[in-house]
Amino acid sequence: MANLKELAARGDKFTGGHRACAGCGATVVARQALLAAGDKPVVTTCATGCLEVVSTIFPYTAWDVPFIHSAFENSAATISGVEAAYKSLKRQGTVKEDIRFMAFGGDGGTYDIGLQALSGAMERGHNMLYICYDNQAYMNTGIQRSSATPKGSATTTSPNGKKIPGKVQFRKNLTEIIAAHGIPYVAQSVVGNWSDFTKKVEKALAKGGPAFIAVLQPCRLGWGYPPELTAELGRLAVETNFWPLYEVEDGKYKLNSTPKERKPISEWLFLQERFRHLKRPENQAIIDEIQKDIDLRWENLGKKCSL
Amino acid sequence: MQKIILAKTGNEAMALAMKQINPDVVAAYPITPATEIVQIFSQYVADGEVKTEFVAVESEHSAMSACIGSCAAGARTMTGTSSQGLALMYEMIYIAAGLRLPIVMADVNRALAAPINIHCDHSDTMGCRDAGWIHIFSENAQEAYDSMIQAMRIAEHKDVRLPVMVTTDGFIISHGMERIDTLSDADVQSFIGKYDPMMHLLDIKKPFTVGAINLTDYYFEHRRAMVDAQNNALKVIKEVGAEFGKKFDTNYGLIEKYQLDDAEVAIVALGSTCGTAKVVIDKLRKQGVKAGLLKIRVFRPFPAEEIARALENIKTVAVLDRSDSIGSFGGPVFTEVRSALYGSAKKPQIAGVVYGLGGREIDMEQIEGLFMDLKAGKIKADSVSYLGVRD
Ligand SMILES: Cc1ncc(C[n+]2csc(CCOP(=O)(O)OP(=O)(O)O)c2C)c(N)n1
Ligand code: SF4
Repeated sequence: MANLKELAARGDKFTGGHRACAGCGATVVARQALLAAGDKPVVTTCATGCLEVVSTIFPYTAWDVPFIHSAFENSAATISGVEAAYKSLKRQGTVKEDIRFMAFGGDGGTYDIGLQALSGAMERGHNMLYICYDNQAYMNTGIQRSSATPKGSATTTSPNGKKIPGKVQFRKNLTEIIAAHGIPYVAQSVVGNWSDFTKKVEKALAKGGPAFIAVLQPCRLGWGYPPELTAELGRLAVETNFWPLYEVEDGKYKLNSTPKERKPISEWLFLQERFRHLKRPENQAIIDEIQKDIDLRWENLGKKCSL
Repeated sequence: MQKIILAKTGNEAMALAMKQINPDVVAAYPITPATEIVQIFSQYVADGEVKTEFVAVESEHSAMSACIGSCAAGARTMTGTSSQGLALMYEMIYIAAGLRLPIVMADVNRALAAPINIHCDHSDTMGCRDAGWIHIFSENAQEAYDSMIQAMRIAEHKDVRLPVMVTTDGFIISHGMERIDTLSDADVQSFIGKYDPMMHLLDIKKPFTVGAINLTDYYFEHRRAMVDAQNNALKVIKEVGAEFGKKFDTNYGLIEKYQLDDAEVAIVALGSTCGTAKVVIDKLRKQGVKAGLLKIRVFRPFPAEEIARALENIKTVAVLDRSDSIGSFGGPVFTEVRSALYGSAKKPQIAGVVYGLGGREIDMEQIEGLFMDLKAGKIKADSVSYLGVRD
């Protein structure tokens, strides 16, 4: 696995000059993923969403690798087609290189509208790595709730109101849904831990077959925090057990880090505007519920990892 | 060149054309009455008779998405669908055309729900008429087969580079057995030639971005370029049709005139109904009735000038629509034909007739009756009527 110096020497394939917000974690995901691919040729695609919109404003592009965007819910299906073309043309001898395929999608384009296409692509076993940059809401259309939005979060379609204090439901556990497909490699990583993420990308690419990585991506606009805290918020999500770093390789679960001392979830919540209303005493019960849910999910994950 | 005579249904004919084209990738999802096309093709794949990578996707939306990815990656790409399947593809249909990808699709015309119905009308295809695809209608299985082969050439032509759908009428053509003249694999291959895309995603030394976001500063120009491509297609389709005729004895144009030049009354139609109309016209001609047919083979690009010229000397014309444009004045074929005629100094009296929705039968007596009504002045010009419906 490449160290920081080696990664830095590789040169960016996702280049500067894009139009993301200062401190955006999504662009970090794209940049580090392509750095991790190194010299291995990759063809990429992206669902409609922040990452695509900020990086491909015609006639400019931030992608220094072949890239296709077609629509919102279908980056897994689009790359399925690219990969099928590769298989066919490779077999016929017109394409010589060994190429890998990488798809990116936001949580909306992955957990919700794109779930069918993703599930189909994973089941068919295409040689692709799908990376979900999970910023926990539809950011590109102005911060609406998705099924990845955590309970209690205020979004523009689950606002904090007089009767309803932000999103009512807990978030969907997509990583487990994808793991249930029985594909060779599934993992969770986070913006703010470059070595964990790049290692996982390298591993997924080396493995072959379908692979999936969900990366928790702090969004400074949607979450509401100063841009310099992006990496910090990612790490804190891991230290509170909100976002465990783990992988499922050929069905075998493995925790990649165990916080020495689990921090209370309120530490993470209170740094973000979207949870501001939870500071009010009458909403303490919601924080307690969130904490309980995190503890339960952690316990369940722990059981799977020690199998 | 040697033609091989076979008995084939429309679906079998289309699947055979696909096999002989031998595309690099097919991504498809089953739907009645098009299912057989991909079933038959899957067998070709399973038997190793084609080099194709077949992707059995989980939906039509993904079928067209995968076709888009595959075609952008430089692979000759095909699919087939119908009705609700085409409707589910709708979003991606626009994207395939907008990205200028020469995908060829076999579309078996079927009514759209609701109510759910599996039989033929043109509502599905017509719903995509503004998407930028080239639309070729087939009168019978022979035309479906021939047009599929020509479609590949048209789509990939450097002045066109647009996707093409070749349609047959559900069940009427798709499931009806006919005698067709087929070509050898070698003839098909030499006619379509090698595909040489200008740029493609697998050319990793020359990375480029497909599908970038275009804002107010570029979108309009890129859409305008599609209009030019459609206009270019008018010429290219005729050239390809003529070359096909030279090589294989059957000429194809944008429209076909049947007993039209000296006709007093005429109908305009698409697809299988044209075959029925021809039989009726033969009968009427024997009785001294000057009846004629204008068959529109290519609906997109719309051959407005040719149509206007073909109709200018006729007294009265009925335009048959096998789909309705609900809430508008007449079906899509009527409104476009009428609009094409508007600027002509000499123009016929013209009426719209919607018929055959959801597979409702159109028989020879009805078409004969239509001609007689036209002749007797019983069909009012500039009116829209519904043929064969219980009011
Ligand atoms: C079919 C369809 N529905 C809705 C939209 C509008 N839309 C574009 S991006 C987006 C949200 C993207 O959210 P997410 O996938 O979470 O990515 P992010 O913006 O957070 O990067 C939506 C709803 C669309 N483009 N296509
Ligand atoms: S809104 Fe969030 S995800 Fe979108 S560009 Fe800004 S920081 Fe990045």
